[in-house]
Amino acid sequence: MSIYEWMNERIDLDSVKKFALKKRVPIFYGSVWYYLGGVSLFLFMVQVFTGILLILYYQPGAETAYESVKFIISRVEFGWLIREVHSWSANLFILFAFFHMFTVFFAKAYRKPREMTWVTGMILLMLSLGFGFSGYLLPWNELAYFATKVGSDIAGAVPVIGDFALRLLRAGDEVSGATLTRFYGIHTALLPGMFTVVLGIHLILVQVQGMSVPPEIEKIPEEKRKSIPFFPDFALQDAMAWLIVLNLIALLAVFFPWDLGPKADPLASAPAGIKPEWYFMFMFQTLKYIPAHVLFIEGELFGIMLFSIGGLIWFLVPFLDKKANDGIRTPFWTWFGILLIIYMIVLTAWGYLT
Amino acid sequence: MSNLTKTEIKKERRSFLNTILKTGLVAWVASVIYPVARFLVPPKTAELNVNNIDLGLVAEFPKNSSKIVRFGRKPIIVIRKESGDFKALEATCTHLDCNVQFKKETEQIWCACHNGLYDIEGKNISGPPPKPLAQFKVDIAREKIIVSKMDLS
Repeated sequence: MSIYEWMNERIDLDSVKKFALKKRVPIFYGSVWYYLGGVSLFLFMVQVFTGILLILYYQPGAETAYESVKFIISRVEFGWLIREVHSWSANLFILFAFFHMFTVFFAKAYRKPREMTWVTGMILLMLSLGFGFSGYLLPWNELAYFATKVGSDIAGAVPVIGDFALRLLRAGDEVSGATLTRFYGIHTALLPGMFTVVLGIHLILVQVQGMSVPPEIEKIPEEKRKSIPFFPDFALQDAMAWLIVLNLIALLAVFFPWDLGPKADPLASAPAGIKPEWYFMFMFQTLKYIPAHVLFIEGELFGIMLFSIGGLIWFLVPFLDKKANDGIRTPFWTWFGILLIIYMIVLTAWGYLT
Repeated sequence: MSNLTKTEIKKERRSFLNTILKTGLVAWVASVIYPVARFLVPPKTAELNVNNIDLGLVAEFPKNSSKIVRFGRKPIIVIRKESGDFKALEATCTHLDCNVQFKKETEQIWCACHNGLYDIEGKNISGPPPKPLAQFKVDIAREKIIVSKMDLS
């Protein structure tokens, strides 16, 4: 008796197999978008794998963190590679998650019945930004130190809960070794746990509901639409995409290494040309150009309000864009998406060019 | 004996038990969440009560230069102007908490994070900072630089 048969007698694997073989992927001009979620998933798995490896040598703490990262990249065999892959894969992960999100947005895939998939996706994005923010501090270098000071100070400007949030994040009043320990815990235990659960729900929803197609394609009668089976056709294409991305990471890791820079020093001035990670750049740039006071509100607070409201609207798009449920594209939401992308690109480019 | 039927009595009992259960559940959740929430908040560390710090000899502090030092827990920036006078200000930008730097060429204080600018007196003159930098007092006693808190009187 094969293992399959043995298990099938106990947990009915046949029905799972039947479900998997029935799964089909629509073929149309936008089929390439279907890779984006899969690639993001692959990059997340790369992060988990390289992250676990880095934990084996990394030592949190103001006196040890920077030194242990230096040890990893200079003494541990292939340590440089593991760290570079972790950094590059993290950046690509955010990039692909953004691509994934915007294609979903413009394909209106968030419309009924997939609202929960969108909402879980947004939660995953926030957790990812949390991963980025907390992981950035761990090497305890100069850039990381000031980025964390600024980031946590922004949290501190939130009315009412600000002070509490700031102390909670910093594990004290200042960014210190205690902050580092806390961020380490957040980055390696709290966020991975939460992410895995939400990701599980996200993926189950995709399996249960199947792939979405844009409203225009949905109007074509089902028998006239083209599709291919997920197994093995699309799965192999997916594997190919993952392989290409893995090669891309290897190339980037070898030819464009991330600089560690000097160690964090609480008594140094913030260096000229200091910049956050590129995916926070558009917000950073906005904060730079908001004046000290907007009407009667402090500029900092105004910026926070701006991004909170914008983020909330984006989060709730499936419930605000009701016409999408009937397959209607409203110019308002199309323009909302386009302007958001233009805003993000222009401010990011501006931040890097000035 | 009351006029309640058996079913009515059962219903009352059930809703009574439900209330007890729900209250118990809420109490249980609260008794778990409360200690966890308190645990997450770091304990207040005593304010390092520093009244003044000694920065060494005046002669060893070059003109038109600056130094960031610790005053209690907070970093402060001490500047010696071209004229030889001293100025001490808090070193963290009032915008988003980055450490500022002294620009020799213009005798201004600049924050690299978001391009905030202060004049030599710590007044915010351009960019996003909403407030001036807090002042500290500098005294020269027997050729030594002593930085202390401003008298608030």
